[in-house]
Amino acid sequence: MNHLLRSHAPISDEGWALIDEEARQRLTPGLAARRLVDFGGPHGWTHSATSLGRVEAVGPVAEGVDVRRRRVLPLVELRAPFAISRDELRDGDRGAADVDLDDLDRAAQRLAEAENAAVFHGAPEDGITGIVPASPHPAIELGADPATYAAAVAHAVDLLKRNGLEGPYGLALSREEWTRVVETSEHGGYPLFEHLALILGGPIVWAPGVRGAVALSLRGGDFLFDAGQDIAIGYEGHDADAVALYLEESFSFRSVTPEAAVAIGSA
Amino acid sequence: MGFDQYHEPPEELGPEARTIARVFASLTEEAEAINWYEQRLAIEQDAEARDVIADARHEEYKHFAMDLELLLRRRPEWRAIAEGILFRAGSITANADAAEAESEDGAAQPDDPGGSLGIGSLRGS
Repeated sequence: MNHLLRSHAPISDEGWALIDEEARQRLTPGLAARRLVDFGGPHGWTHSATSLGRVEAVGPVAEGVDVRRRRVLPLVELRAPFAISRDELRDGDRGAADVDLDDLDRAAQRLAEAENAAVFHGAPEDGITGIVPASPHPAIELGADPATYAAAVAHAVDLLKRNGLEGPYGLALSREEWTRVVETSEHGGYPLFEHLALILGGPIVWAPGVRGAVALSLRGGDFLFDAGQDIAIGYEGHDADAVALYLEESFSFRSVTPEAAVAIGSA
Repeated sequence: MGFDQYHEPPEELGPEARTIARVFASLTEEAEAINWYEQRLAIEQDAEARDVIADARHEEYKHFAMDLELLLRRRPEWRAIAEGILFRAGSITANADAAEAESEDGAAQPDDPGGSLGIGSLRGS
């Protein structure tokens, strides 16, 4: 048994299979950062820091002996608790096809949003500098008229190319911007989504937790997500009515080439 | 020549089972040899003789490791559990418990003994 303590939970093998599969299905659409940045690991729960390959001088510890301290980026842990009714789990064991896992679904959404927000906007108190705050480029203006969208994205791609950053390029869109893009047709009825895909040469990603839009190079090596424990479900406790569980992961994130991304609109 | 590495009648065993039995026998013999050399070194006082015995023990370390590796290659389930225990820091018994649980869950990834959902990277999906 590991730190997740899953075998302590009053959940059958079939129940765990149902919960794990539901979590995968609910998490995968929203994990936008994992579609756009480099993913390293997972290195396991005991992995606590990412090596930066750098040192900082600490000062002499004794005459003629200098001290240098290795610099590392600590991993952060994200945990999203949820509960499942034990009656619902029993019904699942009986073969019910409509087991109520709504609380798990909400937790999955919260975790995906938190991961995206950390990667794109950062969490300075946790040592994560997000893609947007790290970028040296000023955000590209995006007017209220959807017709200006293609020009803004083209401007972003041009900016990246002028900085020597090869494509393909990807685009992360907030929920609001995603809806705006997919429901817009340009002159002559050509879908804006298709036009943007042609400009970018890479994916356009629905990214809950992201504000505005962010264009970035997908050439690789610029944005590094380092996973310790990849997303897993653990056991917290239970009573007669419900089982308390949680979704958990640990990771660090760093922008190695901050100029390989540019914010668009209100990001 | 003895054939006592077989627990079952050898004529009823297939070629693969007999090969595995031979390697198991070799593994046992190498472990016994290491044990004998350990005991000899514990009492031998002659420095030149100690060097020779230690050199022989060094060879048995290699033979034991080769036998073990061959067996682990032929038995993936055994290898999966061994990977959770061998060459790891921390409590041996705790690592063994975790490795056993992972083996039973069937959810482990090679580099992630934590029983994750296995989502990983979504680039290109």
